[in-house]
Amino acid sequence: MDIFLQQLINGLTLGSIYGLIAIGYTMVFGIIGMVNFAHGDVFMLSAFIALIFFLILTTWLGISSIVLALLIVLVLSMILTSLWGWAIERIAYRPLRGSFRLAPLISAIGVSIFLSNFVQVAQGARNKPTAPMVRDVIVLYQSEAGYTVALSYKQIIIMLTTAVLLTIFWYLVQKTSLGRAQRACEQDRKMASLLGIDVDKTISLTFVIGAALASVAGTMYLLYYGVVSFADGFVPGVKAFTAAVLGGIGSLPGAVLGGLIIGLIETFWSAYFSIEYKDVAAFSILAIVLIFMPSGILGRPEVEKV
Amino acid sequence: MSMAEQNIGVKAAREPLLSVRGVKTYYGNIIALKGVDIDVNEGEIVTLIGANGAGKSTLMMTIFGNPRAREGTIRFAGQDITKMPTHEIARLSIAQSPEGRRIFARMTVFENLQMGASINGMAHFNEDLERVCTLFPRLKERLQQRGGTLSGGEQQMLAIARALMSRPKLLLLDEPSLGLAPLIVKQIFDIIKELNKKDGMTVFLVEQNAYHALRLAHRGYVMVTGNITMSGTGKELLENPQVRAAYLEGGHH
Ligand SMILES: Nc1ncnc2c1ncn2[C@@H]1O[C@H](COP(=O)(O)OP(=O)(O)O)[C@@H](O)[C@H]1O
Ligand SMILES: [Mg+2]
Repeated sequence: MDIFLQQLINGLTLGSIYGLIAIGYTMVFGIIGMVNFAHGDVFMLSAFIALIFFLILTTWLGISSIVLALLIVLVLSMILTSLWGWAIERIAYRPLRGSFRLAPLISAIGVSIFLSNFVQVAQGARNKPTAPMVRDVIVLYQSEAGYTVALSYKQIIIMLTTAVLLTIFWYLVQKTSLGRAQRACEQDRKMASLLGIDVDKTISLTFVIGAALASVAGTMYLLYYGVVSFADGFVPGVKAFTAAVLGGIGSLPGAVLGGLIIGLIETFWSAYFSIEYKDVAAFSILAIVLIFMPSGILGRPEVEKV
Repeated sequence: MSMAEQNIGVKAAREPLLSVRGVKTYYGNIIALKGVDIDVNEGEIVTLIGANGAGKSTLMMTIFGNPRAREGTIRFAGQDITKMPTHEIARLSIAQSPEGRRIFARMTVFENLQMGASINGMAHFNEDLERVCTLFPRLKERLQQRGGTLSGGEQQMLAIARALMSRPKLLLLDEPSLGLAPLIVKQIFDIIKELNKKDGMTVFLVEQNAYHALRLAHRGYVMVTGNITMSGTGKELLENPQVRAAYLEGGHH
């Protein structure tokens, strides 16, 4: 029971991070029917951006309040990563819109390679650690056998930040005219343009939102693990994409749900079975779910976009 | 807008609200419009009739620049819009209820109407909502229902209502009667007439249902495989033996 509780907490924390990344995949797929393979690397890049800002704030500017530093880092990293997201769409995807279906996909793979190489060259190939941040934990429960169930401040920060940002994001998409335009373009771009919606601008906005949420994930990832490397875009990216597919690609609640499920499977599998096979477990579950629910858990059976 | 363009705008007061000149549109290498000339004057109801596949919907969409005219010019309110991006054309206050209705299926009726009002930033939203609900009481009862769950007739009403939400200077209607019961068709045509009479709204109406359309319209055009073959007042066309033979066989619906 205690192990279960501990893994539940760990799994939800990890799942929040996957969920944030998965939204970027799902939104982009929803609006232009493309898998943005570079999204995982945008996440990795954002973790580096966060790392650099952290160092500047804490060691150079001497900000001692970690919470304040985190908040500033989060905002700056969201802005900068959004710019990257915007630029990638503008440079690598928009010129290919309307050409053959695989063209943007290939371009996305190129961007992915570019980003990881760029970071490798600029930041070096080794893992980049930060000084440990927020080390306090709350002991929830201690068993007689000596096993403790703890909730760390880090985990609280990660889950709270995720919850708050998802709420803001949800409000944006559901209640504002920007969000409405975004959903309209997702359903029928041609009709949206007949109603005066600038479709290109809306697609840009989608990339900006996706990158901003990925940068939140990147900052949280850095906070959680305290280390990041240029190769860290790939595996979390693939898992977040898996989460998006599992939840039903195109569905926003599905992306979050899928992220949480993947996070939970991964931690539970590591705890109860073998840590080496945790990724295999996550992907196997995906395969099984897709056999029985081809459009994912919350996805709608959809005809192909053209 | 420069002074020069504004001057043209003033001079254009006498020019038709919409004028299409020598427009050719292609799908790939296949020509769909072979040089179309059409005028719609302010305050008129003009109808375009023609068989399935004649190119009527293509013309409606070409006016909006999607697909784009490869040759010819399209002017609206004194401005050349031939090469303007679609969303900017819409912002000049042209609205379309397109072929196939194109309701946002996963948005509520209310949200669909909000989308219609987006070009003027929701300025008169409540007032206009009230107005379309009066015109289409069926929609009022279903404001919170998803667009995709509406019946065909209700979707058509929603498509027209959505187009009206932007207070368009020119309303394009592509086969509003398609697939609807005669009673609903009559309702919709009555509403078009009322909008034209009371609000002076200019309407360009595409129809296969030629009898009703020609009775309603001030003027009409007949399109055959990408060419305009006849034009005249609604009455003239109704009485024209060729039109009768081609489009009014089988009585008055
Ligand atoms: N998207 C398209 N791609 C290729 N051909 C098209 C497309 N849309 C229409 N066409 C062709 O253009 C011609 C005119 O079609 P359309 O404008 O839809 O006619 P109408 O509205 O009068 O029934 C038809 O021959 C049709 O097959
Ligand atoms: Mg048609």
